[in-house]
Amino acid sequence: MKIGGLELNFSEEIKVRMLVFTLFIAVSFSFLILRLWYLQVIKSDELKLQAENNRMRIVPLKAYRGKIFDRDGREIISNRPSFNLSIIPEYIKDLDKILPLIASSVKVDAEKIKRDIKNSSAPFQSVVIKKDISWDEVAFIEEHSLDLAGVFLEIEPMRNYLYGETGSHIFGYLGEITKTQLEGLKVSDYRLGDFVGQYGIEKRYESILKGKRGSKYIEVDVAGRELKVFKQVDPDFGYNLYLTIDIELQKEAERLFEGKNGAVVAIDPKDGSILAMVSKPSFNPNLFAGGVSKTYWSNIINDAYKPLQNRAIQGQYPPGSVFKIVTAAAGLEEGVITPDTTIDCHGYFKLGKKNYRCWRKGGHGRMDLRNAIIQSCDVYFYTVGFRLGIDRLSRYAFGFGLGSPTDVDLEGEKTGLIPTEEWKESVKGEPWILGETVSASIGQGFDLVTPIQMANMLAAVANGGTLYKPKIISKAETTNEKLIKESNSKIKGNLSVSQKTLDIIKDALHGVVTDQRGTGRASNIKGIEVAGKTGTAQVIKLPEMEDKKDEEMPYEFRDHAWFAAFAPYENPLIAVAVLVEHGGHGGSAAAPLAGKLIKSYVENQNSKGKNQN
Amino acid sequence: MNNKPIFKYQIISNFDWVIFGLTIIISIVGIFTIYSTGGGSGGEPSRIYIKQIYWILYGLMAMLLILFIDYHSLEKLAYILYFMIIVVLIMVAVSGKTVSGARRWLSFAQFAFQPSELAKIVIIITLARYFDDKKIRGLYKIRDLIAPAIIILIPALLIAKQPDLGTAMVIFFIFISMSFLIGINSRSLFILAGSAIVSLPFLWHFMKDYQKDRILTLINPQADPLGRGYHIIQSKIAIGSGGYMGKGFMSGTQSQLNFLPEKHTDFIFSVFAEEMGFIGALLLIMLYIILIIKGIDVVYHARDRSGSLMAGGVVSMLAFHMIFNIGMTTGMFPVVGIPLPLMSYGGSYLVTTFISIGLLLNIKMRRFVDMG
Repeated sequence: MKIGGLELNFSEEIKVRMLVFTLFIAVSFSFLILRLWYLQVIKSDELKLQAENNRMRIVPLKAYRGKIFDRDGREIISNRPSFNLSIIPEYIKDLDKILPLIASSVKVDAEKIKRDIKNSSAPFQSVVIKKDISWDEVAFIEEHSLDLAGVFLEIEPMRNYLYGETGSHIFGYLGEITKTQLEGLKVSDYRLGDFVGQYGIEKRYESILKGKRGSKYIEVDVAGRELKVFKQVDPDFGYNLYLTIDIELQKEAERLFEGKNGAVVAIDPKDGSILAMVSKPSFNPNLFAGGVSKTYWSNIINDAYKPLQNRAIQGQYPPGSVFKIVTAAAGLEEGVITPDTTIDCHGYFKLGKKNYRCWRKGGHGRMDLRNAIIQSCDVYFYTVGFRLGIDRLSRYAFGFGLGSPTDVDLEGEKTGLIPTEEWKESVKGEPWILGETVSASIGQGFDLVTPIQMANMLAAVANGGTLYKPKIISKAETTNEKLIKESNSKIKGNLSVSQKTLDIIKDALHGVVTDQRGTGRASNIKGIEVAGKTGTAQVIKLPEMEDKKDEEMPYEFRDHAWFAAFAPYENPLIAVAVLVEHGGHGGSAAAPLAGKLIKSYVENQNSKGKNQN
Repeated sequence: MNNKPIFKYQIISNFDWVIFGLTIIISIVGIFTIYSTGGGSGGEPSRIYIKQIYWILYGLMAMLLILFIDYHSLEKLAYILYFMIIVVLIMVAVSGKTVSGARRWLSFAQFAFQPSELAKIVIIITLARYFDDKKIRGLYKIRDLIAPAIIILIPALLIAKQPDLGTAMVIFFIFISMSFLIGINSRSLFILAGSAIVSLPFLWHFMKDYQKDRILTLINPQADPLGRGYHIIQSKIAIGSGGYMGKGFMSGTQSQLNFLPEKHTDFIFSVFAEEMGFIGALLLIMLYIILIIKGIDVVYHARDRSGSLMAGGVVSMLAFHMIFNIGMTTGMFPVVGIPLPLMSYGGSYLVTTFISIGLLLNIKMRRFVDMG
């Protein structure tokens, strides 16, 4: 390579090395090309998909929940626009200038907002700083929009319960879907953060009401900024739901119940439609619509009177003397008495060594069935019940729909309890005692019923013996009033007593209200013939309180007052059960309420009828 | 050189129009690609391509200037240039401008320049001078490489400290290539390679965490897709989603929507490959390959050792940039800031590239000229 120490041609010398060098570069470039082939040809489809996923976003568009109407088509629950105060962090120039301006009229937590902005995933994604702001706040923001660049209002449909607390237990409320609910659904288009029915009809008919979410397909850049819309699928409206409820009657019932706890159920005896269903205390579903506040929730949860309980279907109370309707029917049907059977009431019924007292200390004297019902003579029914025995008595109670769910279309209905010998053996492990039959025959002891069972029983008595499954939904329609689903009346059974027996009882119930000595006189209304039965559900007391008057006792030891009625007597339009918790006597506490309610409904129906004619 | 005209006819007739043409073509492709990156929303101002045009013009002027200076003169000036660049690099270390965590810039007036780029050419010239001076009989042994190693180590360490790992790597590669070219005996070569492999774990030990991360990220980008793996993943998506034909000019979603980071600088190739597809990328690589082949031709046919060595240094530098940059964007190498010659946005490197190609042309032009 070197000749005489003098290099002649360096290029000759480096020939081999250059070849190696060139080869090295050639191999490197070959790898690059192979790599490009791999990415752009072999993996191309997969990577194209990833590129699409990068730039495409599907923005959900909230569906409008179906509205809810009453039986006359009055809107009860609708949706209103709510304004969420939001900011896009990227567009904010000086947060420290903007926040005080907002805070001057909108109550916000500046520290929390700063935190939220810090934690937000993309600078162009909006951050909600306050949900559902008031009109005044909206006006303020609009007014100062020039100084509030990056701050804007997002409109979102918000559930609106037009009647506030009225009917809260029927309608229920919305709440954010829980993780467990989400996991429980196999196929669903729900997402975390969605509001779904969590109670009442909102929950029971969630699938009908919810509608279908729409979506907007947009192209975004790396910051999440929307660049263009490819496609928009509008959300579907949820179906509108028509209830059997008469919202005016419902409102009236709640007004009458103000300051009291308890329940009212009003049913149309002709088909089992529920006209009103009250449970008190109640809650305000509007406070749930945008997510319930911690304070309100803990107030409700910790309230000793349990406002979330729907007493109309979940409250179980002894039926008290209202049960005498069953005892009377059973006695007549089983032939242990006739309408003319008389029994002398001396104020107590003696069984073995124990005396079972009549509510009237001096006794009622000689009673026939009609008078016994009118004056609610305990001794008369002790005797009838004693003659029947518990199993025969309870068979009729079941037949009248007591002690088993009415299958109303609401969740969480309780069954109540009608005891039998077998029940006591199996549940309590003790034999039946005769004295318990005596208590049961006037609806005390083990007997437990719900207000809806009582109302439904009265409806069956009123309509001639047909026991309907109470219905609360009449139909579902699209927003264009196309019928989706209609709910027909379903017959659960009949009272299986003769027409004659029923007539005797109805006549006596009429007497309860109209007779001079009737216990339900307080429900008497001018111009409307009411028939009903009072009841007093005894609350377990301390012995020293036994003889005290209700008003003298602490609230929680006072008896529950019942009144179950139907009207008008000849052509019944309404059957109603009223229970006033710790109200004392049915005749004084519950009957007047029922009377007013009946009056309000029947007069309303009559005037409607006139208008139609 | 004394009384002769600066350009003899021979010199002009030996001007390599292919190299020059390729340089211009690739630069124009670069301008269009940068123009395309500016078409999207947000991020860099969209006028950036105009700046690039200016830099290309400055580069052309610098290239022309270098053509007038016989590379032998440069060789003579080598140690002075070397001394100057070391001084400048120290200045950068002391009072340089810091941009995104790295102190690389020296600014005068409104100009900012990265001396580390220019240092690469100075090192090439200096090494050529050193190897040319040192007339060793036979092949180089390890101990003969100690002095040149020190020559490159001083600027390389100053640059690595900026930190600019990419440029430091390029300098090492230039050194290795030029040493290889001058000829190392095979035993020494094996020892060098062996010690390099043995020293890898030590090197790992001395690396900073973020540097280790870059290497780990390369092995498994999905381990941290939004953090360290982000660049590699997005770049691979961009290139791969281009497919055969590409998405079309200004239609690459990855770049237009800014999913691709550093799209106009280090990841310009990803933008091009996304929009022009496999076919386009292949054509571009072909242009680069032809440029390298023409460069190798210059090395091979240079008039003398110093010309060959200088050209070899330039070719190895250009090739390393091309290979490493494309390898990086396709996820084969760790993300180290090594720009793509003539395509990546950035004045210092662009001008440096033009100067180095000018050097190639310079050497080629003078292959038949007497040193008079």
